[in-house]
Amino acid sequence: MTDDTLLKVRNLTLDIPVGGGTLRAVRGIDFDLKRGETLSIVGESGSGKSLTSLAVMGLLGKGIKRSADEMTFEGTDLLRASKRKMRALRGDRMAMIFQEPMTSLNPAYTIGDQLIEALLLHRSVGRETARARAVELLEKVGITAAESRLGQYPHQLSGGLRQRVVIAMALMCEPDLVIADEPTTALDVTIQAQILRLLVDLTREMNMAMILITHDLGVVARVADKVAVMYAGELVETGPAASVFEAPSHPYTRGLLRCIPQPGKTERGAPLGTIPGIVPSLIGEVSGCAFRTRCPHAVPGCRAAIPMRGDDVHGYRCVHPDGAISAEREIA
Amino acid sequence: MTDMTDPLMQDVQGPSPRDLLKRRVKGHLGLLTGVGIVGLLVLVAIFAPLLAPHDPYAQSLMTRMEPPVFLGGDWEHPLGTDHLGRDYLSRLIYGARVSLLIGAVAALISGVIGTAMGVAAGYFGGKVDAVVTFLINVRLAMPVVLVALAVVAILGGSLTVVIGVLGLLLWDRFAVVMRASTLQVARRDYVAAARSIGASTPRILLTEIMPNIVNNLIVIVTLEMAHAILLEAALSFLGLGVQPPTPSWGLMVSEGKNMMLFEPWLVLIPGIVLFLLVLAINLMGDGLRDVTAPENRS
Amino acid sequence: MTEAVLELDRVRKTYTVKQGLFGKRKPLTAVNDVSLSLGKGEVLGLVGESGCGKSTLAKLLLGLEHPTSGQVLVEGESMDALDRRALASRLQPIFQDPYSSLNPRKSIYDIVSLPLRVHSIGDARSQEKAVKEILDVVGLPQRVMNTYPSQMSGGQRQRVAIARALVMKPEIVICDEPTSALDVSVQSQILNLLGELRREFGLTYLFISHDLAVVEHLATRVAVMYLGRIVEEAPVAELFEAPKHPYTKALLSSVLTPEPGLGVPETSLGTAYPNPIDPPSGCAFHPRCPMATEHCKAVAPRPLATADGRVECHLHDPESPIYAKAAA
Ligand SMILES: Nc1ncnc2c1ncn2[C@@H]1O[C@H](COP(=O)(O)OP(=O)(O)OP(=O)(O)O)[C@@H](O)[C@H]1O
Ligand SMILES: Nc1ncnc2c1ncn2[C@@H]1O[C@H](COP(=O)(O)OP(=O)(O)OP(=O)(O)O)[C@@H](O)[C@H]1O
Ligand SMILES: [Mg+2]
Ligand SMILES: [Mg+2]
Repeated sequence: MTDDTLLKVRNLTLDIPVGGGTLRAVRGIDFDLKRGETLSIVGESGSGKSLTSLAVMGLLGKGIKRSADEMTFEGTDLLRASKRKMRALRGDRMAMIFQEPMTSLNPAYTIGDQLIEALLLHRSVGRETARARAVELLEKVGITAAESRLGQYPHQLSGGLRQRVVIAMALMCEPDLVIADEPTTALDVTIQAQILRLLVDLTREMNMAMILITHDLGVVARVADKVAVMYAGELVETGPAASVFEAPSHPYTRGLLRCIPQPGKTERGAPLGTIPGIVPSLIGEVSGCAFRTRCPHAVPGCRAAIPMRGDDVHGYRCVHPDGAISAEREIA
Repeated sequence: MTDMTDPLMQDVQGPSPRDLLKRRVKGHLGLLTGVGIVGLLVLVAIFAPLLAPHDPYAQSLMTRMEPPVFLGGDWEHPLGTDHLGRDYLSRLIYGARVSLLIGAVAALISGVIGTAMGVAAGYFGGKVDAVVTFLINVRLAMPVVLVALAVVAILGGSLTVVIGVLGLLLWDRFAVVMRASTLQVARRDYVAAARSIGASTPRILLTEIMPNIVNNLIVIVTLEMAHAILLEAALSFLGLGVQPPTPSWGLMVSEGKNMMLFEPWLVLIPGIVLFLLVLAINLMGDGLRDVTAPENRS
Repeated sequence: MTEAVLELDRVRKTYTVKQGLFGKRKPLTAVNDVSLSLGKGEVLGLVGESGCGKSTLAKLLLGLEHPTSGQVLVEGESMDALDRRALASRLQPIFQDPYSSLNPRKSIYDIVSLPLRVHSIGDARSQEKAVKEILDVVGLPQRVMNTYPSQMSGGQRQRVAIARALVMKPEIVICDEPTSALDVSVQSQILNLLGELRREFGLTYLFISHDLAVVEHLATRVAVMYLGRIVEEAPVAELFEAPKHPYTKALLSSVLTPEPGLGVPETSLGTAYPNPIDPPSGCAFHPRCPMATEHCKAVAPRPLATADGRVECHLHDPESPIYAKAAA
């Protein structure tokens, strides 16, 4: 790997003991992230997107077992880093933006206090400097009259403004990596576009890496450099956004793209593509491709271990050498 | 193509709520202990005439203050006799009737009052809510023990009076909790769906709201039962509750207190049983909350 | 337009809300003099920002809330005149959150058969038959009848909710964001199902959603709501191809289609959604409108009929001083 690799994850596995067995929530995930790059993790609800990001941040709940072959961030081995080391990294070198802005802001403190605190926790600067930085960042995230906003409480702001404050807070220490877990799901479309644009501009300007978690393929296509498609705890396809959207190679990825109405492409009122069935339960022994229960190309071989196909940049995990694209072409 | 023997092929997930409840109950030691002790005491109360070795009212001046067997007494009176020579075990057994009766009936009366008020306030809101909230505040401003003492002092102590007074005083927690739970449940879309279907208000209250708040209700019932039992004991101890010669645990403690320094078991035995009963009821309540709460999540 | 099966006639809904613990009670107009009509067989898409009053409108249509003024007409009859049974057999809701729309204590059979039992339609046998039929229609196997909502996935639950809504064979279904809580792979199943049911039973839908791609796909007409008012209404093709109101334009330009390389569009829209307790003067949209003028701040625009719809904006009002600017 080249030097600018910021985050490297190999064979990340997360097991959760639950009543009646072990939930194999995340199974053998690999990914890399370079500085300035945006990776988007997309997938169905419960596919393990949030858990993966929490595992990177070292914020997993008690009882969740994490194992991996390798997990390094800026040369720090995250698997062996002490709690103190992780605390020092979090909020400083890596920061997180959650879906619900209210949960990441403390309702009892003004946003100014919270922004300043975020910086003072990691930097030995004076309050005045911190305050100036807070104002600067609030202006940067597009909040007008930033100076006067410092004294406001979170509940006095609208959802969109709150999410901007959360972003400003995450950026106080100029982290190298921001993880945004569905940062716009709770917001309206117009606000969503504004927030995403802001995130894209800021990551570019500060040369930050970003992991953007979402289940909205539109968001992925517009924001991500790289895409990782997750299904039931596994990475089923990964590659550059353009290549994944233009030549989706895993049956699940293609299924997803057919499910959404695309203005101009899908005929109005015509039936949309579907993925029949439901996500399987991942409790107990899980082997083979978890998508086989819903896959039109499933064969008995899907129950065995599945090879990763494709090349270094665009890979997919399927028993069929071409992800059974050929079968679909025949029908079409 | 797809085969149903594949372990990943399932379209209905997980156990039914009933199975889940069964499983949780089985694994809950506190709940099982609580239910066991309370159940045992209920059986003792029901079958008191069969279990008691003597008439609890029969006095015998020849055998007063006999010690229990573990302090050197004989098996004729396993827990000894009191200052009037009455068999202590028999009085203890009959005393369970009084305690459980008071606990159950007082909790029932206040439960009906409090639940009706709380559910009405939570569901109808507006003026109804304002009135109920006012009544709750009034009730909370009254010190239970003082009011109970005053009423009993005026009306004279008796089982009925004690049950009545406690039943009319202990509804506040029912009302508060039921109001809050109803407020929460009434906002759910299934209530709106039932209204759009045209279901009547009583039907909605009984079949949509009640089943979803009944677990909270059960917890409060246990708490208030314990509360009522302790209050009865306190009133009886002060001589204002159940009147002698009725066997009541509180009264037994009261009667034994003069001799406490010389014959501490007179106080300890009813005291410990009382403590056990209240502890068991509380264990039961906590356990019920634990096993039913996980379904309240959504 | 076809005959109207459901009409709102200058309907207004005002709530009183208390601000803070000791705050004064203030009126909040969630739906502000809205007139709207739903033609037979139409799918009217209703879009708008969170808090603009879409769900309140749906509740008014369902009779779950009473209008502060104005009236709701079902097939020309005032809703107040109809009894609940008649109303329930014409109008049914499907809600957003399939986790909150099904009573967790009831079996699927009890949930789906509730409408039949409430209105004592048929005996136990015919009710069971009707439930089995409708489960089949929505694509659920019959063995789910004895299971509970907690044992089902979100998509399955939403199918149960649809089955409950359809078991009475209503003519109109009010869908309040029926797929927002679902994954895309499940969303498409539900959207297809709604489309099929519409063709099969000739249903009329009011379809509330904040996903414009979904609305464009399913709706025949679209109404755009902003702060309690319908600011534009038009047939779907017209609205998406030639939006008139600046807010509609902003909404459409915010849609992110899955086309890589296009980047995130610039919306040129202020962020501040107005406080509904203290709405802006004049046109409610003026603080965020890129085209706003002094006139917009002072005077509220009036509804203007267009070829097949309407718009509420000074830029399109021939009598307003800024009319010419629309062309520019
Ligand atoms: N603390 C926990 N205890 C038990 N199970 C958990 C826990 N956290 C997550 N899970 C389970 O792990 C799986 C993956 O969860 P995760 O939150 O990563 O999903 P996700 O992809 O982020 O989904 P969503 O899109 O709904 O946010 C889910 O099945 C979830 O129920
Ligand atoms: N029962 C109520 N009491 C007071 N205010 C209410 C009530 N219901 C709704 N409102 C207010 O009315 C306005 C419109 O709410 P409504 O739920 O109709 O919005 P919506 O368009 O459905 O939003 P969303 O997209 O978030 O569902 C909001 O400002 C809301 O706070
Ligand atoms: Mg998540
Ligand atoms: Mg709504």
